[in-house]
Amino acid sequence: MKELQLKSQRFRAEREWDWRRLDGLLRRVEGGSASSLSDEELLAIPVLYRSALSSLSVARATSLDHSLVDYLEGLSTRAYFFVYGARASLRERVARFFVDTWPSAVRRLWRETLFAAVIGLVASVVGYLLVAHDSSWFDGLMGGMAEGRDPAATTESLRATIYPTLSADDALSAFASMLFTHNAEVTLGAFALGFAFGAPTLFLLVQNFLSLGALLALFASRGLGFQMGGWLFIHGTSELFAIILGSAAGFRIGWSVAFPGDRTRLEAAAAAGRSSAAVMGGVIVMLAVAGLLEGFARQLIQVDWERYAIGGTVLVLWLVYFYWPRPSRRLA
Amino acid sequence: MTLAAPTAKPPRRLPEPAAPRVREFVTPEGVDLRLRIADAAERAAAYVLDVVFINATLLVLLIAAAGAIAAFHGKGAGEVAYVIFNLVSFLISNAYFIVLELSPRAATFGKRIMGIRVVARDGGRLTSEAIFIRNAMREIELAMPFRLWLAAAVGGGGATVWWLLLVVLAWVGVFLFFPLFNRDRLRVGDFVAGTWVVKAPRDRLSIDLLDAVESGRAAFAFTPEQTGAYGVKELHVLEDVLRRKDRQTLAAVAQRIRAKILWREIPGETDTAFLAAYYGALRARLENQLLFGRRRKDKFDVG
Repeated sequence: MKELQLKSQRFRAEREWDWRRLDGLLRRVEGGSASSLSDEELLAIPVLYRSALSSLSVARATSLDHSLVDYLEGLSTRAYFFVYGARASLRERVARFFVDTWPSAVRRLWRETLFAAVIGLVASVVGYLLVAHDSSWFDGLMGGMAEGRDPAATTESLRATIYPTLSADDALSAFASMLFTHNAEVTLGAFALGFAFGAPTLFLLVQNFLSLGALLALFASRGLGFQMGGWLFIHGTSELFAIILGSAAGFRIGWSVAFPGDRTRLEAAAAAGRSSAAVMGGVIVMLAVAGLLEGFARQLIQVDWERYAIGGTVLVLWLVYFYWPRPSRRLA
Repeated sequence: MTLAAPTAKPPRRLPEPAAPRVREFVTPEGVDLRLRIADAAERAAAYVLDVVFINATLLVLLIAAAGAIAAFHGKGAGEVAYVIFNLVSFLISNAYFIVLELSPRAATFGKRIMGIRVVARDGGRLTSEAIFIRNAMREIELAMPFRLWLAAAVGGGGATVWWLLLVVLAWVGVFLFFPLFNRDRLRVGDFVAGTWVVKAPRDRLSIDLLDAVESGRAAFAFTPEQTGAYGVKELHVLEDVLRRKDRQTLAAVAQRIRAKILWREIPGETDTAFLAAYYGALRARLENQLLFGRRRKDKFDVG
């Protein structure tokens, strides 16, 4: 045994074993195998963490071994994030998101949601009236998204877009997955653009609903209004609801940037962004549902009332899920 | 003692022990963990690595999907392969960051390699909302402008497309360089989410240099004047030099210290042995002073 000359050397020799033990346990936890730790080991971590912290304090005051102090800082920091961090597994986090976080975040946005819904309704009525009076508005409102559904098309070809004839090689699922990824990106954009006082959000929202109204007006003028309604309704209740929620989250951010109250604008925007982030995570899920309905159900189901029934049922399910009163599950 | 002129510094700048971007971070136990903010270069490197990983995975998937289509010839198989590819690529490119940052190490593979991690700025838990929003914002910062531009370019538009590209580049540039213009190196997404990215080194405990040189120490005897030539800062530089074991640096540093303390060389002494012994003597003296409540900052600190 060597003679240890300095106090800092003796200090290290006495505690080194504890540090290495903590290091080893943390490595296992960080490797994703927290469940492989025994209860005893799990309980040891907070104790070892506090002893590492006290070692760090002592080392800073008495040791001039730079690498030792660095090591202890790193070790204590890692242990801190384990001891005080969220220890829920990914599965628990996902479950809690759907049970509590998402619906309650949506409920907190009810004012903005109502606002966005009214704007959407007004925009679609305006779009309808404009095209009903003068069909030359149609091109301007649709902006190149009409895909052959324009005033010049025959009634028959319009009818054909509502009831696509299925052939064996129609790539329905490919269509569905493409619709979903596209819609998800657009809605994420509407949300994040809320930081510019919500103006781009408003623009995207109005544009979407104007073209909806325009499309309805065109089909109604050929006596296909009810059928077109079914074509839109089956997936639209999910998709348009998702767009309204995304816009509501954007408005919340825009509102807090414009009227930050006591906080600075940046702080207010950050707080609003955090509180509405959960809404957006869920909106992506809604859009996935809408994509499935649009890609599969709409192409497979050709009866109008069935389309309305499915769309209506889904809408009721969403509303109950979000707004049905329930006991608060908020855990401290 | 006169202050050294700039020209008197060693030819190669030695690593400075003091990290410039240290932030106070006091635990509930009252100990300051002194978190160090990750450099912009580390952040950028981590992101580039992540993009490489994601795209490599997607490429493998694409080849697999193409192989599946070629192998089965049938339309049905091709469609299934396309759907799987489309959904999985959406999932990978969006969930990669979120899932990995939700894991206990709060870092993507790129960040792990660079030794950095995401932390809530207020020291609390890193919530899933924060992770979601800091990654959703990246979509707006970088990916979406290019996608919009691509859509415009495909739609046709002649010269305006190139003007649009300028706008897109300006947009991306603002967000890309945003971290360089605030002291905490926050991305816009970090700002909104209330997070920051700090260094999270997972160093192994290295040996105590004193243990390594215990044996040959006896041959060297330093006078108090000789061990009093330097302070803590120089000690830490010396420690770095000894740990790095770069022969040229060792020789240069040994030469300078010998000159400074007027050391009379023992026949046959090596640079490493001399430096290690001097390190031991200097640390013993400085730690001794430390116990009496005096921390000598550097060689100019003679008060």
